[in-house]
Amino acid sequence: MIGLALQFGFACIAAAAMLNMWRLLAGPSRGDRILALDTLTINAIALIVLFGIHETSATYFEAALLLAMVGFVGTVAYCRFLLRGDIVE
Amino acid sequence: MNPIAEIVVSVLIVIGGSFALIGSWGLVRLPSLMTRLHGPTKATTLGVGSCLIASMIYFPAAGGSFSAHELLITLFLFVSAPISANMIAKAHLHRQGWSIDPNPEDAIKGALPDTGGPTGWATFWKPRDEPDE
Repeated sequence: MIGLALQFGFACIAAAAMLNMWRLLAGPSRGDRILALDTLTINAIALIVLFGIHETSATYFEAALLLAMVGFVGTVAYCRFLLRGDIVE
Repeated sequence: MNPIAEIVVSVLIVIGGSFALIGSWGLVRLPSLMTRLHGPTKATTLGVGSCLIASMIYFPAAGGSFSAHELLITLFLFVSAPISANMIAKAHLHRQGWSIDPNPEDAIKGALPDTGGPTGWATFWKPRDEPDE
Protein backbone atom coordinates (compact mmCIF):
# COMPACT_ATOMS: atom_id res chain seq x y z
CA MET A 1 0.00 0.00 0.00
CA ILE A 2 2.85 2.36 0.79
CA GLY A 3 4.33 1.46 -2.59
CA LEU A 4 1.16 2.62 -4.36
CA ALA A 5 0.99 5.81 -2.30
CA LEU A 6 4.66 6.47 -3.08
CA GLN A 7 4.03 6.07 -6.82
CA PHE A 8 1.16 8.55 -6.57
CA GLY A 9 3.34 10.97 -4.59
CA PHE A 10 6.22 10.68 -7.08
CA ALA A 11 3.84 11.35 -9.99
CA CYS A 12 2.27 14.37 -8.25
CA ILE A 13 5.60 15.96 -7.35
CA ALA A 14 7.03 15.30 -10.81
CA ALA A 15 3.99 17.04 -12.34
CA ALA A 16 4.40 19.90 -9.85
CA ALA A 17 8.06 20.26 -10.86
CA MET A 18 7.03 20.41 -14.52
CA LEU A 19 4.55 23.20 -13.73
CA ASN A 20 7.29 25.05 -11.82
CA MET A 21 9.63 24.70 -14.79
CA TRP A 22 6.96 26.22 -17.02
CA ARG A 23 6.60 29.20 -14.69
CA LEU A 24 10.39 29.48 -14.50
CA LEU A 25 10.62 29.72 -18.29
CA ALA A 26 7.48 31.77 -18.95
CA GLY A 27 7.09 33.90 -15.81
CA PRO A 28 6.74 37.49 -16.98
CA SER A 29 8.64 39.16 -14.12
CA ARG A 30 11.83 38.36 -12.26
CA GLY A 31 9.87 37.78 -9.05
CA ASP A 32 7.96 34.97 -10.78
CA ARG A 33 11.21 33.26 -11.71
CA ILE A 34 12.57 33.53 -8.16
CA LEU A 35 9.31 32.13 -6.79
CA ALA A 36 9.40 29.27 -9.30
CA LEU A 37 12.99 28.40 -8.31
CA ASP A 38 12.04 28.46 -4.62
CA THR A 39 9.09 26.15 -5.23
CA LEU A 40 11.26 23.86 -7.34
CA THR A 41 13.67 23.51 -4.40
CA ILE A 42 10.81 22.68 -2.01
CA ASN A 43 9.48 20.07 -4.46
CA ALA A 44 12.98 18.58 -4.73
CA ILE A 45 13.04 18.26 -0.93
CA ALA A 46 9.70 16.43 -1.01
CA LEU A 47 11.01 14.14 -3.76
CA ILE A 48 14.16 13.33 -1.75
CA VAL A 49 12.11 12.56 1.37
CA LEU A 50 9.77 10.27 -0.59
CA PHE A 51 12.78 8.53 -2.14
CA GLY A 52 14.18 8.02 1.35
CA ILE A 53 10.93 6.28 2.33
CA HIS A 54 11.08 4.22 -0.88
CA GLU A 55 14.62 3.03 -0.15
CA THR A 56 14.01 2.78 3.65
CA SER A 57 17.29 4.57 4.18
CA ALA A 58 17.95 7.57 6.42
CA THR A 59 20.96 8.81 4.44
CA TYR A 60 18.84 11.14 2.32
CA PHE A 61 17.77 13.47 5.13
CA GLU A 62 21.08 15.30 5.21
CA ALA A 63 20.64 16.08 1.52
CA ALA A 64 17.09 17.34 2.15
CA LEU A 65 18.21 19.50 5.07
CA LEU A 66 21.08 20.98 3.05
CA LEU A 67 18.78 21.67 0.12
CA ALA A 68 16.28 23.43 2.42
CA MET A 69 19.00 25.72 3.77
CA VAL A 70 20.71 26.42 0.44
CA GLY A 71 17.37 27.03 -1.26
CA PHE A 72 16.33 29.59 1.34
CA VAL A 73 19.68 31.38 1.23
CA GLY A 74 19.53 31.40 -2.57
CA THR A 75 16.05 32.92 -2.62
CA VAL A 76 17.04 35.63 -0.16
CA ALA A 77 20.20 36.36 -2.16
CA TYR A 78 18.23 36.72 -5.40
CA CYS A 79 15.78 39.11 -3.72
CA ARG A 80 18.62 41.13 -2.19
CA PHE A 81 20.18 41.37 -5.61
CA LEU A 82 16.92 42.67 -7.10
CA LEU A 83 16.44 45.15 -4.26
CA ARG A 84 19.96 46.46 -3.87
CA GLY A 85 21.92 45.41 -6.92
CA ASP A 86 24.37 43.80 -4.52
CA ILE A 87 24.28 40.79 -2.18
CA VAL A 88 26.97 41.41 0.42
CA GLU A 89 27.46 45.05 1.25
CA MET B 1 4.83 -3.45 9.79
CA ASN B 2 1.79 -2.32 11.73
CA PRO B 3 -1.17 -2.02 9.29
CA ILE B 4 -2.48 1.12 11.01
CA ALA B 5 0.90 2.84 10.63
CA GLU B 6 0.95 1.72 7.00
CA ILE B 7 -2.46 3.30 6.34
CA VAL B 8 -1.48 6.53 8.13
CA VAL B 9 1.79 6.81 6.19
CA SER B 10 0.07 6.14 2.85
CA VAL B 11 -2.65 8.71 3.51
CA LEU B 12 -0.06 11.32 4.55
CA ILE B 13 2.00 10.68 1.41
CA VAL B 14 -1.08 11.02 -0.83
CA ILE B 15 -2.14 14.23 0.94
CA GLY B 16 1.39 15.64 0.68
CA GLY B 17 1.68 14.89 -3.05
CA SER B 18 -1.75 16.36 -3.75
CA PHE B 19 -0.97 19.56 -1.84
CA ALA B 20 2.37 19.99 -3.63
CA LEU B 21 0.61 19.56 -6.98
CA ILE B 22 -2.15 22.02 -6.03
CA GLY B 23 0.41 24.61 -4.93
CA SER B 24 2.33 24.37 -8.19
CA TRP B 25 -0.91 24.44 -10.18
CA GLY B 26 -1.73 27.70 -8.38
CA LEU B 27 1.71 29.00 -9.34
CA VAL B 28 0.83 28.44 -13.00
CA ARG B 29 -2.85 29.30 -12.92
CA LEU B 30 -3.16 32.51 -10.88
CA PRO B 31 -3.04 35.84 -12.73
CA SER B 32 -0.37 37.97 -11.00
CA LEU B 33 2.70 37.57 -8.83
CA MET B 34 1.01 38.81 -5.66
CA THR B 35 -1.67 36.11 -6.00
CA ARG B 36 0.83 33.53 -7.23
CA LEU B 37 2.77 33.88 -3.99
CA HIS B 38 -0.10 32.19 -2.14
CA GLY B 39 0.10 28.81 -3.87
CA PRO B 40 3.70 27.78 -3.20
CA THR B 41 4.06 29.44 0.19
CA LYS B 42 1.00 27.80 1.72
CA ALA B 43 -0.03 24.68 -0.17
CA THR B 44 3.42 23.42 -1.17
CA THR B 45 4.89 23.98 2.29
CA LEU B 46 1.99 22.07 3.81
CA GLY B 47 2.50 19.24 1.29
CA VAL B 48 6.20 18.92 2.11
CA GLY B 49 5.35 19.02 5.83
CA SER B 50 2.91 16.15 5.29
CA CYS B 51 5.56 14.09 3.45
CA LEU B 52 8.04 14.73 6.28
CA ILE B 53 5.53 13.66 8.94
CA ALA B 54 4.87 10.50 6.89
CA SER B 55 8.59 9.67 6.92
CA MET B 56 8.76 10.50 10.64
CA ILE B 57 6.08 7.87 11.28
CA TYR B 58 7.45 5.39 8.72
CA PHE B 59 11.00 4.93 10.00
CA PRO B 60 10.20 3.98 13.64
CA ALA B 61 7.31 1.78 12.41
CA ALA B 62 9.60 -0.03 9.93
CA GLY B 63 11.99 -0.98 12.73
CA GLY B 64 14.42 1.91 12.49
CA SER B 65 15.10 4.45 15.15
CA PHE B 66 13.35 7.78 15.58
CA SER B 67 15.34 10.71 14.21
CA ALA B 68 14.82 14.42 14.60
CA HIS B 69 16.02 15.20 11.07
CA GLU B 70 12.51 15.39 9.62
CA LEU B 71 11.36 17.66 12.43
CA LEU B 72 14.36 19.93 11.73
CA ILE B 73 13.55 20.12 8.01
CA THR B 74 9.86 20.82 8.75
CA LEU B 75 10.72 23.53 11.25
CA PHE B 76 13.23 25.13 8.90
CA LEU B 77 10.81 25.11 5.95
CA PHE B 78 7.93 26.50 7.99
CA VAL B 79 10.14 29.31 9.29
CA SER B 80 11.80 30.15 5.98
CA ALA B 81 8.77 30.03 3.62
CA PRO B 82 7.08 33.24 4.90
CA ILE B 83 10.41 35.08 4.96
CA SER B 84 11.23 34.23 1.36
CA ALA B 85 7.65 35.11 0.30
CA ASN B 86 8.00 38.47 2.03
CA MET B 87 11.35 39.09 0.31
CA ILE B 88 9.88 38.25 -3.11
CA ALA B 89 6.86 40.53 -2.50
CA LYS B 90 9.18 43.33 -1.41
CA ALA B 91 11.41 42.99 -4.46
CA HIS B 92 8.32 42.88 -6.67
CA LEU B 93 6.80 46.02 -5.09
CA HIS B 94 10.06 47.85 -5.43
CA ARG B 95 10.63 46.96 -9.06
CA GLN B 96 7.00 47.68 -9.86
CA GLY B 97 7.44 51.13 -8.33
CA TRP B 98 10.14 51.86 -10.85
CA SER B 99 8.13 50.45 -13.76
CA ILE B 100 10.96 48.08 -14.63
CA ASP B 101 8.82 44.98 -14.32
CA PRO B 102 5.30 46.00 -15.27
CA ASN B 103 2.67 43.48 -14.25
CA PRO B 104 -0.70 45.11 -14.95
CA GLU B 105 -2.66 42.37 -13.21
CA ASP B 106 -1.55 43.79 -9.85
CA ALA B 107 -3.07 47.18 -10.83
CA ILE B 108 0.03 49.05 -9.70
CA LYS B 109 1.14 51.23 -12.56
CA GLY B 110 4.05 53.61 -12.49
CA ALA B 111 5.31 54.71 -9.09
CA LEU B 112 3.86 53.24 -5.90
CA PRO B 113 0.85 55.18 -4.54
CA ASP B 114 1.16 57.16 -1.33
CA THR B 115 0.84 55.04 1.81
CA GLY B 116 -1.21 57.72 3.60
CA GLY B 117 0.76 57.18 6.82
CA PRO B 118 3.84 58.74 8.38
CA THR B 119 6.17 56.13 6.88
CA GLY B 120 6.80 55.15 3.30
CA TRP B 121 6.73 51.71 1.69
CA ALA B 122 8.95 49.11 3.32
CA THR B 123 11.31 48.83 0.39
CA PHE B 124 14.86 50.07 0.60
CA TRP B 125 13.96 53.76 0.48
CA LYS B 126 14.68 55.81 3.56
CA PRO B 127 11.90 56.95 5.90
CA ARG B 128 10.52 60.28 4.68
CA ASP B 129 11.63 62.40 7.63
CA GLU B 130 15.30 61.51 7.18
CA PRO B 131 17.02 64.22 5.18
CA ASP B 132 19.04 63.19 2.14
CA GLU B 133 22.77 63.20 2.70
